[in-house]
Amino acid sequence: MDFILNNLLSLILFVPVLAAAVLLVLPNEEKTLLRWAALIGSLFPLALSLTLWANFDNSLPGFQFEVWHTWYAALNSSYHLGVDGISLTMVLLTTLLTPIAILASFGITDRVKAYMILFLLLETGMLGVFLSLDLLLFFVFWEIGLVPMYFLINQWGSEKGERELWPGVKVAARTYASFKFMIYTMAGSLGLLLAIQMIGVTVGSYDLPVLFNLWPTIAELKGVGPMGLPIETVKSIAFWAFAIAFAIKVPVWPFHTWLPDAHTEAPTAGSMILAGVLLKLGAYGFLRLVLPLYPVEAQRYSGPLAFLAMMAIIFGAFAAFGQNDFKRLVAYSSVNHMGFVVLGIAAAAYAAGGNDAAIALNGAVLQMFNHGLSAAGMFFLVGVIYERTHTRDLNDFGGLFPLVPVYGGILVFTSMASLGLPGLNGFISEFLVVRGVWGVGVNNWSGFALFTALSMIGLLFTGAYILKGVKKVLHGPINHHWEEHGLKEIGVREILVMTPLIVLIVWIGVWPAWILDVINKAVMALF
Amino acid sequence: MTTETLIWLLPLPPLAAFALIVLFTNRSKALSHSIAVAAALLSWLGSMAVFIQAIGVEHLGEHPFHSVLEWLPVGDKPFEIGVLVDPLSAVTLFFVGWTVLMIFIYSVGYHNFGQPAGDHDHPGLPPHGATVHGHTVPSVEPMYSRFFAFIALFAFGMYTLVVSDNLLTLFVGWEIMGLCSYLLIGFWFAKPSARAAAIKAFMTTRVGDVFMLMGVAYLYAATGTLSFREIFFNEEVLKHLAETPALGGFLGFSAAGLIGVLLFIGTIGKSAQWPLHVWLPDAMEGPTPVSAMIHAATMVSAGVYMVIRMFPLLSAGWEEGGPLTPAMTAMAFIGALTALFAATIALAQNDIKRVLAYSTISQLGYMIAALGIGAYVAAAFHLVTHAFFKALLFLGSGSVIHGVEHGVLHTGNHKVDPQDMFNMGGLRKKMPVTFWTFLIGGFALSGFPFVTAGFWSKDEILADAFANNLPVFLVLALSALLTAFYTMRQITLTFLGEPRTKEAAHAQETPWTMTLPLVVLSVFAIGYGWVGIPEGLTGGAIPNWFHEFVAGTLPEHLPVLEFNILPMLFSIVIALTGLGCGYYVYRNVKAGDPDPLQKPLGMVYDWLKNKYYFDQLYDRIFIQPSIWVSEVFTTLWVDRGLIDGILHGVARISYSVGGILRNDFDLPVINQFIGDGSAKVVRSAGFELRKVQTGRIQQYMVAAVVFAVGALAFFLLR
Repeated sequence: MDFILNNLLSLILFVPVLAAAVLLVLPNEEKTLLRWAALIGSLFPLALSLTLWANFDNSLPGFQFEVWHTWYAALNSSYHLGVDGISLTMVLLTTLLTPIAILASFGITDRVKAYMILFLLLETGMLGVFLSLDLLLFFVFWEIGLVPMYFLINQWGSEKGERELWPGVKVAARTYASFKFMIYTMAGSLGLLLAIQMIGVTVGSYDLPVLFNLWPTIAELKGVGPMGLPIETVKSIAFWAFAIAFAIKVPVWPFHTWLPDAHTEAPTAGSMILAGVLLKLGAYGFLRLVLPLYPVEAQRYSGPLAFLAMMAIIFGAFAAFGQNDFKRLVAYSSVNHMGFVVLGIAAAAYAAGGNDAAIALNGAVLQMFNHGLSAAGMFFLVGVIYERTHTRDLNDFGGLFPLVPVYGGILVFTSMASLGLPGLNGFISEFLVVRGVWGVGVNNWSGFALFTALSMIGLLFTGAYILKGVKKVLHGPINHHWEEHGLKEIGVREILVMTPLIVLIVWIGVWPAWILDVINKAVMALF
Repeated sequence: MTTETLIWLLPLPPLAAFALIVLFTNRSKALSHSIAVAAALLSWLGSMAVFIQAIGVEHLGEHPFHSVLEWLPVGDKPFEIGVLVDPLSAVTLFFVGWTVLMIFIYSVGYHNFGQPAGDHDHPGLPPHGATVHGHTVPSVEPMYSRFFAFIALFAFGMYTLVVSDNLLTLFVGWEIMGLCSYLLIGFWFAKPSARAAAIKAFMTTRVGDVFMLMGVAYLYAATGTLSFREIFFNEEVLKHLAETPALGGFLGFSAAGLIGVLLFIGTIGKSAQWPLHVWLPDAMEGPTPVSAMIHAATMVSAGVYMVIRMFPLLSAGWEEGGPLTPAMTAMAFIGALTALFAATIALAQNDIKRVLAYSTISQLGYMIAALGIGAYVAAAFHLVTHAFFKALLFLGSGSVIHGVEHGVLHTGNHKVDPQDMFNMGGLRKKMPVTFWTFLIGGFALSGFPFVTAGFWSKDEILADAFANNLPVFLVLALSALLTAFYTMRQITLTFLGEPRTKEAAHAQETPWTMTLPLVVLSVFAIGYGWVGIPEGLTGGAIPNWFHEFVAGTLPEHLPVLEFNILPMLFSIVIALTGLGCGYYVYRNVKAGDPDPLQKPLGMVYDWLKNKYYFDQLYDRIFIQPSIWVSEVFTTLWVDRGLIDGILHGVARISYSVGGILRNDFDLPVINQFIGDGSAKVVRSAGFELRKVQTGRIQQYMVAAVVFAVGALAFFLLR
């Protein structure tokens, strides 16, 4: 037990790799065994992170369960892990969604072993980002997560459809989507890597707690004197290098167009993880790195950032409303919802230290968690119906409610969570963001009031696209086509996938104190 | 158990009923409705217990039942939620408890419990009847259990709203009711009209809700709390809000003014006030108990309840007789306008439920207008009486429809619309209980003097308007005239005269589960008015209990209006004239006759019939453009065209640069010159050297010897 507690973070981080290694030696054709092995393997990190949650002392400031080993001595980079309330929440989300996604993938029959191994490696990549307290380590895990996801989309993505790049050049949709996802993120990472190196060389360390103290106040650039630029300019450029890398990942408008493609083409469980966790990496980057490392720049550029977030909220909702592909509709809803996260972060950057900022950040972090639950649920439900009908076109559905009443009930429920219905989780976080940002706006009379007000258009259209989905799938005249085809009701395994999500959605919606308390302490310590 | 604990528990039985029905009992109709009705009964019992305790407390306004606990630990001060029963919530609780319980019982009969399953019934469509021994009889609703689950969830939302001590949980209840309204309007979701109406209702109210959310956020940001008592009972907070300019003064509002207007927009949506009134008439697609509960007695009333609740904030900075605050001006204007506007539309509707829907909009306008001119108690009074008599009317109309449907099943002619009043007539003989109770409700709505509750509450509004704001008085008086007229039109067309169709002739009185609630509600439609008779009229012989009790909600005591006989005479004359004209015009309508008003009104009639074309207008200026913005502008132009275009452009440039590098550099220079070139050199060298490889040992030996000698010589001679 002591061993576990002393090495908790490393265990959480590497148990998935271990499980992947076990899978590697299992026979290829034993699909059931492989599935169960992967599921059980992914339950260990969940159990460990629940242990972590239970042993996390919320009254202490700063990082806990820290691990520190020399890793790359020449660069003075170390294997440094640690959690605070923000990363703890994200670790819980990741370790929760991975087994759920694996359970959701039990229907996969093609190359099960490779698929499951990729999923487990993906988990390690994502967890590494949330756990790292070393800038270089952070970057390494940031990139590692890309690879499995690339293959998951590229190999197990939907088989139909193609995209025209320009006249005469067409590629398969999943190839297109996986490339776009990979190259877009890598393009963002390029600037990030350069900026990371500059910081590392200047300060002489990649250790985040050290950087938090030194980098924001650093007055001259040792060793690197890029073209004699003043330090403010260099810092601003470095800020944008960070911000754009994370903005692509979140994604913030107008860097978002990879998302509908990747989400739509990915296999169901891939979309669940993509929307549930991967997008949070970007937002987490803002919280963990941008706010503490660039307080001045973040405040200076919070306006433009909030503007982009607002555009994501509005145009994400419009775009979702404009889709006739069920999965694309859900994919765009992520743009809409993640916009609130960035809006909250931008407002907090502007009014750092104030109560409004704290509330906005509370909302932003909770929104990350909540969106993880509802988006994963929505993508899964889209997958359930796709598996049965092999179509995602909303116009092929309609009137399914009498045929699949249980599925219909769950879909309505999850849709309402996504819509932000009070009593369910999304409302709490969206309200806190709106409250915080609006407070920043009206108490300082800044543009944030306008951003909040205009974001309400997005909130309105959230209702429009959610109801469009419900209307086009469930409601409407009796659907004889699918009645004759004997559309099957949602199965027990599929209900099991949804159960933890449903429970958490209600729990957080009704009594969010258990999670908000953890988040609030971390957020208050951030300033 | 303390009263506070009891109040915390009030909303829970319906919630539990919802969960139980959804998870466990949805296959058993009897079990499901038993659970739902039992839950409603429990909440009703609790409400009555709380109400009785509340009226026993002296100065309840100053010492309300109040209990809080921490909910959201955010920022430096945790956000608290709690329950509060003060005079306003006590009277609201009273009517909510009664109407909800009655409507739950009514629903059992309405959905034909105990009848056989239909021959061709399908979930998502209203039942079409079953054949038993060659007769067609009504068939039970296929989604019977689901209906009770939904209305139970709704009741939870309403109770939550009423007992909330803060704006946030009030909003939670508000939105849960919105969801239930959506689900129940679209209950028969296989009907495209119901599906469209459900979405319309949700989206239209959501327009109001997002403004309200901003108001809530603003209030929270400005005061650090959303608790009613912390805000209203703190003069400094109100003063501060009234004096701080909002948004740097850029719209000319004070903070209180802007928050008030934002919150009021929420009410415009929820209570279906102009210009967001369009959803309520369409909401009649839902089953009639839904129309009675959600769209007459409780949810739409909640909009008015909220502004009454927020009155100290909405009126912050206002003094009796002084200029109105922005929020009050908006309420007075929109309320009065809506009252008149909806009443005119009601004149030309033939659907029995739609008439009531417009009448609801109009009556809610009354309350809003009353509040706008500062008639706080009058607005609350009309809220309560209206809830009773309008629920009664809706349930009565459902009973009528049910009766006529019986006739339709009997004749088998499904082309006859059982909701069209022109297909009815003479139902008083066939459906006596429904007739008498409907008459009571209708007279209460018209403000029939002295005996009905509607008279006293409407009169109080008119008296206040007469004293304070003459334009509002005139508009409301005119609407009252129209109200009496269309109500009598409805009663005459439906119940009086002779049946105009065979179906109406074969109509049948409905079962006791439906008529009992009618009787109970009609008791309140008459009796509830007596608790609020102006003392000036009786010389204080009957105390005006309602005014004294409810006025205590406010921190400052409102002065009782000086009694004036003039507006009361006005309202008596108006009510009697309207009723008389309504009867006179419609007493002789025969089968197939057009509406007698059609000819004299001409063009105006078409405008009224088509609801001033608001649906078409909104479709043109809001709905179609948003679809275009979504499908074409955002998806095709911006995302696919512009953003992806740029990305593909970059890809294409990289692709061409790559192509150039490959075709013009890699291939000729690297591959052919350096790559292939060096390969060629090696290859030809090898080719030449190959000649040496003869395979003859002798030659190799010679070569080896020559090499050895040469090497030796090199080293030795060096």
